[in-house]
Amino acid sequence: MRAVTWQGRHKISVETVPDPEIVNPRDAILRVTSTAICGSDLHLYDGFIPGMRAGDIVGHEFMGEVVEVGSGSTLKQGQRVVVPFTISCGSCFFCEKQQYSACDNSNPSETRDASELLMGHAMGAAFGYAHLTGGYAGGQAEYVRVPYSDVGPVIIPDDLPDDDVLFLSDILPTGWHAAVNADIEPGDTVAVWGCGPVGLFTIQSALLLGAGRVIAIDHFPARLRLAKQLGAEILDYTQVDVREALNEMTGGIGPDACIDCVGMESHGFTPDNILDQVKVQIYSVTERPHALRQAILACRKGGRVSIPGVYGGFADKFPLGQLMEKGLTVKSGQTPVQKYSGELLKMIQDGKFDTTSLVSHHAALEDAAEMYRHWHGEQNDYTKIILKPGLEKGAVQARKESEHADA
Amino acid sequence: MRMFTDRFAGRGKPDPFAIAVAGAGLAFAGMGYAFWRRRQKRGAEPERIATDAPHWTLDKRSARALFGKSVLVNRPREEVFAAWKVERFPEFMENVVAVEPLGGGSARWTIKGPARREVHLVNSITESIENETISWHSDAESEIANSGEVRFADAPAGRGTYVTLILAYDPPGGKLGRLGAKLLQREPEVQARRDLHRFKQLMETGEVTSNASPSARKSESPVEPHI
Ligand SMILES: NC(=O)c1ccc[n+]([C@@H]2O[C@H](COP(=O)([O-])OP(=O)(O)OC[C@H]3O[C@@H](n4cnc5c(N)ncnc54)[C@H](O)[C@@H]3O)[C@@H](O)[C@H]2O)c1
Ligand SMILES: [Zn+2]
Ligand SMILES: [Zn+2]
Repeated sequence: MRAVTWQGRHKISVETVPDPEIVNPRDAILRVTSTAICGSDLHLYDGFIPGMRAGDIVGHEFMGEVVEVGSGSTLKQGQRVVVPFTISCGSCFFCEKQQYSACDNSNPSETRDASELLMGHAMGAAFGYAHLTGGYAGGQAEYVRVPYSDVGPVIIPDDLPDDDVLFLSDILPTGWHAAVNADIEPGDTVAVWGCGPVGLFTIQSALLLGAGRVIAIDHFPARLRLAKQLGAEILDYTQVDVREALNEMTGGIGPDACIDCVGMESHGFTPDNILDQVKVQIYSVTERPHALRQAILACRKGGRVSIPGVYGGFADKFPLGQLMEKGLTVKSGQTPVQKYSGELLKMIQDGKFDTTSLVSHHAALEDAAEMYRHWHGEQNDYTKIILKPGLEKGAVQARKESEHADA
Repeated sequence: MRMFTDRFAGRGKPDPFAIAVAGAGLAFAGMGYAFWRRRQKRGAEPERIATDAPHWTLDKRSARALFGKSVLVNRPREEVFAAWKVERFPEFMENVVAVEPLGGGSARWTIKGPARREVHLVNSITESIENETISWHSDAESEIANSGEVRFADAPAGRGTYVTLILAYDPPGGKLGRLGAKLLQREPEVQARRDLHRFKQLMETGEVTSNASPSARKSESPVEPHI
């Protein structure tokens, strides 16, 4: 089959590789119909995620049709399913507590050692995301093996098109979980850093969960425009001092909850971020947590900080005293996707979420290398890319110009 | 660019992170001083107190390698104890080639060792208490002298069972041999830890977890696990 592979920093290629096979009774094999590129893939692309190996098949946001099942799978051939990016057994202590992303069985014995060494405890597994999280092939491919297929995959009714439900795999539940983690009280002001796909779903979720207002921060006009369409007030951090603006918008107390939807590769020319950039270049520091630092300083006393943004290891100049003295509550983590699948599918059917206006491009799986380049270098125009294994090479469909042309 | 110059020139407010960056140099100087102070203070160690740490976690120097590892298995203790039996070992002990019962609680083990060698052990069970513990030690003919114990205890709050594997052995080739085996991933400690996790996977999920899946690496097969 054809599959998108990571070959090194800024090197993605589409290769012919062997087809996946059923290995364990609970497995299923899918024929992938849609698969998206994520902000998390950008961290892999930039070489910031430890434990990638040349030749790894990437992709953790995908859906498709069941083509083969093991004896222990509850799926049936021909069913359409969306697959959570977190691989979870459903029966360990963590899965029983619905902390699915912390599953203690999905990361195999062979790969969990390194993960345990780095994190203190082995992380749960994910598709297409480095050997610290299991070393499973990802779904940016024609076919994919899905372990524990009786637990994760969400069966999709025929009347729902791929684009409506694909994001149940990651960014929709991630935005929802980010907002849930912010413990929003009715009327709260919630600030969201980053208007990428995760930020955009966080904005929608925060409003659905009762926020009075959401203030979204980024610097790309097209992304800020999408945030505004979804009901947020917006701040371009190149135009204002973000903390001053947030204070002035909240009578001086700051937002009740601050959500970091940026992660380890913060943009911007502030002294701390410039120093982080230099360190990342010179020695193996992976974190550039400028947005998170700013969120902690901006948050009101006794407020909540929610961190869906991904970080890889030790961070420098972390405002720990500020966190403590202000009495902030922090919640974070990879999303326990399976916990939310059912309720979010229902909410999509009820029309609660706009799942499609953030999608800027549909392209062929064969064009993945070029799409990664665009996703990395042209974040204003490329707000979310969906790869289709069926499409002819070069058959790129961009969102209608009128919808996101600079006004 | 104008925007940034404006911002730096216009607003006189000191940024806490600019201050932190400047502070980094001071921190290094401070660290040197702290080390120097610690050296001066050495010598006056307080009396030691016996703690509740499991014995295999205490720092002790010994020629024998001692290793202990506990896992939480989310199944009832009786079920977990019943599954820990010789016939099922090959299901989760990856390096065990064969276990032949010799009668009277003794068995001959064939194990994969470093460098494609096979290692033979002859072990006898010294104590077995239903649902609690199984202990063994090696007989004279065993190629590696070893002893060990598996313990089964109720985990709190209905979480299942704590399974603890404690293993002591004379590393063949001493410390150096142990290091060599570790590098080859055939060291008993590495093997035991991984086997214990496979046992947990089998008990909780009904299968041994595998990441077997395709890659663009020619050396790998989509049906075999990889690191
Ligand atoms: N926790 C999880 O389970 C989970 C799941 C998916 C994604 N993620 C992570 O969430 C983060 C966002 O994902 P995405 O797909 O939206 O990525 P993205 O790269 O598309 O979006 C990040 C956005 O942040 C903006 N940004 C950068 N620096 C900023 C700053 N200083 N202030 C304000 N905005 C800034 C960028 O301009 C960009 O629009 C990533 O770190 C990703 O890895 C986490
Ligand atoms: Zn993702
Ligand atoms: Zn689990």
